[in-house]
Amino acid sequence: MGAVTTVRTVAAGLAWYVRAVSGEDAYDRYLAHHESVHGDDAAEPAMTAREFWRDRTDRQDANPQGRCC
Amino acid sequence: MGAKSGTTGATNEPDLTQDPAIPPVALDPKVHEAEEAHWTPVKIATWVAIALLGGLSWVMLAVVRGETVNAIWFVFAAICTYLIGYRFYSNYIQKHLLRPDDRRATPAEYKADGKDYARTDRRVLFGHHFAAIAGAGPLVGPVLAAQMGYLPGTIWIIVGVVLAGAVQDYLVLFFSMRRGGRSLGQMARDELGRVGGTAALIATLTIMVIIVAILALVVVNALAESAWGVFSVGMTIPIALFMGCYLRFWRPGKVTEISIIGFVLLIAAIIGGGAIAGTEWGAAMFHIDKVPLAIGIIVYGFIAAILPVWLLLAPRDYLSTFMKIGTIGMLAIAIVIVRPEILVPAVTEFAKTGTGPVVSGTLFPFLFVTIACGALSGFHALIASGTTPKLIEKERQSRFIGYGGMLMESFVAIMALVAALSIDQGIYYAMNASPALTGGTVQGAVAFVNGLGLTGVNLTPEMLTETARNVGEESIVSRTGGAPTLSVGLAHIMQQVAGGTGMMAFWYHFAIMFEALFILTAVDAGTRVARFMLQDTLGNVIPKFKDTSWRVGAWICTGIMVAAWGAVLVMGVTDPLGGINTLFPLFGIANQLLAAIALAVCMAIVAKRGLFRYIWIVALPLGFAAVVTITASFLKIFSPVPGVGYFAQNAAFSKALAAGETSFGTATSVEAMEAVVRNTMVQGILSIVFVTLAVIVIFTALQATWNAWRNHSNATSEDPAVRSRIFAPAGLVATPAEKATQAEWDARPVTGTSKVRGH
Repeated sequence: MGAVTTVRTVAAGLAWYVRAVSGEDAYDRYLAHHESVHGDDAAEPAMTAREFWRDRTDRQDANPQGRCC
Repeated sequence: MGAKSGTTGATNEPDLTQDPAIPPVALDPKVHEAEEAHWTPVKIATWVAIALLGGLSWVMLAVVRGETVNAIWFVFAAICTYLIGYRFYSNYIQKHLLRPDDRRATPAEYKADGKDYARTDRRVLFGHHFAAIAGAGPLVGPVLAAQMGYLPGTIWIIVGVVLAGAVQDYLVLFFSMRRGGRSLGQMARDELGRVGGTAALIATLTIMVIIVAILALVVVNALAESAWGVFSVGMTIPIALFMGCYLRFWRPGKVTEISIIGFVLLIAAIIGGGAIAGTEWGAAMFHIDKVPLAIGIIVYGFIAAILPVWLLLAPRDYLSTFMKIGTIGMLAIAIVIVRPEILVPAVTEFAKTGTGPVVSGTLFPFLFVTIACGALSGFHALIASGTTPKLIEKERQSRFIGYGGMLMESFVAIMALVAALSIDQGIYYAMNASPALTGGTVQGAVAFVNGLGLTGVNLTPEMLTETARNVGEESIVSRTGGAPTLSVGLAHIMQQVAGGTGMMAFWYHFAIMFEALFILTAVDAGTRVARFMLQDTLGNVIPKFKDTSWRVGAWICTGIMVAAWGAVLVMGVTDPLGGINTLFPLFGIANQLLAAIALAVCMAIVAKRGLFRYIWIVALPLGFAAVVTITASFLKIFSPVPGVGYFAQNAAFSKALAAGETSFGTATSVEAMEAVVRNTMVQGILSIVFVTLAVIVIFTALQATWNAWRNHSNATSEDPAVRSRIFAPAGLVATPAEKATQAEWDARPVTGTSKVRGH
């Protein structure tokens, strides 16, 4: 059992890491942040996933960051 | 010129007392000190072993110097030195100079918006930061510097990063974090006043242009006359467009999924490139000469920089992150498995004479500008003062991310050096000597390389044709720029692990693709950043330019920036003297000058805080970078040796033209001679501009430092401290005390506001 649990923990950790490094968890984190600030306030609805990802690249358009040489 | 703006007194100490309702947000500094001072026998044994192994490796590299030296010693020397530098030196900097305080909230906490300012797990942020700082630079510089022997480059990369490069990254990251994530340019204006700030801004803009131009030159040199390379790298454009549309319209946010699809398509493009280059029509269609290819890159650069980010830049970023981490990890494992023998001498004649065919100039100062990224890279200051400080969770993590991230990049440089050193020296020189020296032919290259009189070098035409056939290229003669050499080295190492010689062509083009991806992303992103800087500057005269969403203005400014780097690129491509060997020093000088500017800003900040006892930590790398770049610039401007001094070269060719000669040196026509006169003039003027701007910035920083000393300053330009309400460990692995505190946090009922993401 021990070995299986270890493998499972490592795999879950790896999956979490890849997802986080690739930036895939950005929307989840935005939702968590939004909820912690606005709660269920209907006046401040959270962006939908589609809106969020569009907004994300649009912000990069407006505020470009260099890549290193 | 005062340095008043943005300065607030440090007198009213903010209230950072712990909220009794939540577990501790920071460990008592005494707890940290007690943990460090607690030397268990296991800990002592581990550090003694690291020190001994590191010492032994350095002895094997520097003292023993047998006929050959095994690559494994490079890996051990690097890793052990990094570990010691990180554990002791960066800790010293943390304790005495920066003094992070985890009771203070970081911008990611007090400015949190869930988007640009978002707390990010330190291990994830390390990955992001590393992906943002590591590019083609640490892969190319060490390859070119290999002509001076393996030892000078290795020492500079490893010692330089510990005392200079990682210090710069760590300091800039920390200071920017304490200022709400302000950029280097803004900090320069705050600390150095108007003149210093403006000089820093202009220097940054011109340096950006040079860096983009020379990176583009590396790509052109790698892809010219290579049908396979042109096809597979060209295919990244439709692949990126597809990925962009996928994420925009079909499945927003499915980043991992599309990255995997993109990676598979990329591999297919590499394999397909081999098949297509093998056909007659494919070879004819994708075999492109340097000049049309350069024009293609310029047109591409313009279009890519005005297209929306989601269509091309964002998807290619995902691809290159994957490729970067994957390939570097793969190469590290392969070097450990294969452990290639290095045949290059420790120090070659070229280090002393400065007559090396790859880049001209003696070891001092030119080694230190040829290898910029990997040891000390000013460009990192732009990254470390941009995105990363807005994402960091706790102040103490800046050491792991800033200092540790740069150590990783240095390790990439060491591996690039090993890969370049592991190939036959004759092949190395045949690939890296300019066409002006080899004539671009196998016979010419063999005659030239054997004529160099290097011991142990006996190049035969078969060696060149055989290698070219193995890597699937028509020729490997005079493929300057470093990227093809690194690719041959990587292919040479990888084929011993997987596939044998039959797979060399795949690995070669895999490596070319890997470098081209970084560079094309850097060209696109660099043009965008430069365009915004230009719009901001022009906006002071014509206010309409300040509006960055104004299309016409955006196009005009993009056009100006592309024209600027495009002109330098075309100059490099058509240069009768070779291009890379005359322009690469300019790239290194530009990058190191940016480092000097960043360190000068850091020194002014440290002085203003009144920390004069520890100012040497900044003054040491600043002094070195300043001496190296100013000496190198002066040599480029004033040296009477035509191979080194731009104006000496200019005068020699002008004189020949005036005397009515129709060929001179490696220039075989009057047009070529005129081109040399034109190019050296431009390069010389650029050198003067860079060094003047850097001297102004350093001078204003010294003045700010002197003023601070005279006034016994203890002021700060930091943002006011805000009380933190979260906790997270500082390093890669949590210490026992951190684990205990983390357990207290984890035991709390989940309330939403301060939930810490962990696993």
